[in-house]
Amino acid sequence: MSIDKDKIKHISKLARISIDSKKSDSLAKDLTSIFKFIEQLNELNTDKVEPLSSILNTPLRAREDKINDGKIRDKILENSPKKNDEFFVVPKVIE
Amino acid sequence: MSEIIKKNLSEIIDLIKKKEIKSEELSNLYIDKVNKSKKLNSYITTCFEHTIQKSKEFDKKPNLNSLLPGVPLAVKDLFCTNGFKTTAGSKMLENFIPQYESTVTENLWKEGAILLGKLNCDEYAMGSSNETSYFGNVINPIAKDTVPGGSSGGSASALAADLTPATIGTDTGGSIRQPASFTGTVGLKPTYGLCSRWGIVAFASSLDQAGPMTKSVKDCSIMLEAMAGFDKKDSTSIEKKKENYSKNLKTDIKGLKIGIPKEYRVDNMPKEIDELWNKGKSILKDLGADIIDISLPHTKYALPTYYIVAPAEASSNLARYDGVKYGYRSSKGNDLIEMYENTRSEGFGDEVKRRILIGTYVLSSGYYDAYYLKAQKVRQLIKKDFDENFGKVDAILTPSTPSSAFKIGEKTNDPISMYLNDIFTVPVNLAGLPAISVPAGLDKKGYPLGLQLIGKTLDEQNILNVAYAFEKNCNFKNEIKNWWL
Repeated sequence: MSIDKDKIKHISKLARISIDSKKSDSLAKDLTSIFKFIEQLNELNTDKVEPLSSILNTPLRAREDKINDGKIRDKILENSPKKNDEFFVVPKVIE
Repeated sequence: MSEIIKKNLSEIIDLIKKKEIKSEELSNLYIDKVNKSKKLNSYITTCFEHTIQKSKEFDKKPNLNSLLPGVPLAVKDLFCTNGFKTTAGSKMLENFIPQYESTVTENLWKEGAILLGKLNCDEYAMGSSNETSYFGNVINPIAKDTVPGGSSGGSASALAADLTPATIGTDTGGSIRQPASFTGTVGLKPTYGLCSRWGIVAFASSLDQAGPMTKSVKDCSIMLEAMAGFDKKDSTSIEKKKENYSKNLKTDIKGLKIGIPKEYRVDNMPKEIDELWNKGKSILKDLGADIIDISLPHTKYALPTYYIVAPAEASSNLARYDGVKYGYRSSKGNDLIEMYENTRSEGFGDEVKRRILIGTYVLSSGYYDAYYLKAQKVRQLIKKDFDENFGKVDAILTPSTPSSAFKIGEKTNDPISMYLNDIFTVPVNLAGLPAISVPAGLDKKGYPLGLQLIGKTLDEQNILNVAYAFEKNCNFKNEIKNWWL
């Protein structure tokens, strides 16, 4: 798989990262060599192999659906780069 | 410089217990050396006022029955510390002050330890040399132009330079064991699920695991005992009874079967590493262990698998950095989407962006099966290799890294050569197993090299015992000359 500038543009859009067009070439080159490396996996026939998504044998625990904290609005807002008294502030979304 | 801070953690604990030193005196010794060691750049944040205040509180009412009584400790800057900046080595979190404490650090403080500061690391733990940190390179105290390894590079450097008596790191593909090997220290990655991930800045959630970094195997057992334990706040935390690793440590390894995987003898590996591996085998054999040749046939596919799975999980985990709830926000952009795009472009460094893009691509429509699903299947094969062999052997011995510490800048232009550093450590993360790196010798440059012992799931005690026996018979001595003072 060769990664070109158009592909970088597409992926960076999906990832919500703007990429400087000056950097796009070297990034395409790096990603092409990384994909060449990871495509070694195609040497293996894995048709009959179950995918492994978690190494734990047990299913994830569910907890009781009960509120166990609250009244931490100020703590949650504490690190926000832009806020007013009670809310996160973002650029205008709806005209 | 005081001789006390050169001592191992277990010796320092004894001094405190015998009341030969107070916590405050001890903290001041470390603070003094940290202040004189800025050249190493191993600390991102210090909190000495807090340290001294907590030490004084401890000295007034010392609880000598705790595991880490009044011991000052610095930790990797990936663990959230309530009220103290936690940056993950990123511009994105340069000013982030957590309002909660990670479970693992909370466990340390409950056992009497006191926070000294936060240690430098690769940005979001993505790197093998600490060169991706927004806060600059960390120097390996073994020689001034060498990297300490990564991603827990600041932790390894601070430990080896006696700027903390022990520390903790995180290991997603080798980030504890590789820097331990590069600095002549001990580093253990526990079984996935043994230490809680709650409150640790996430990189790749199915691989991330916190673990101890120490000057000796005994110290490692003490730290693991303090850190580990079930946590209901981590959905993948293993429910089991706490173990007394330090009390149960023993050197008798007679009759244990140690596997030697032939696939770990890779092309272009320096002869010294092969020799060291042989030395390791003969030491364990002399101690009564049986050395057995084994095969882990899918080893060479571990790194390609890792570079699909880890970036995929990272791209998903790092989607949360949007400039709204916390972290950096760009002032550029005309609408919400542009604000996101500029925030993430300016806030993340090159390696993090590279991995987010790889991850986004392998998860994107039309490519998921070819890459991500394929990698999950190969991950199954890698785990099976280990499962099958752990019927025959009790532990596996390998080199920790394919080289000793390299020079700053040597590998930054070639991502693949940087990734190859983790060739011996990554399979363990994919299989969720515990593994420890123990210093084993010096190469001809005088740089340390480590050997890795891999254990069965939750068999930390066993690999600690083998490492303990090995350490006692190996006579490794780290020669660090304090050249930066």
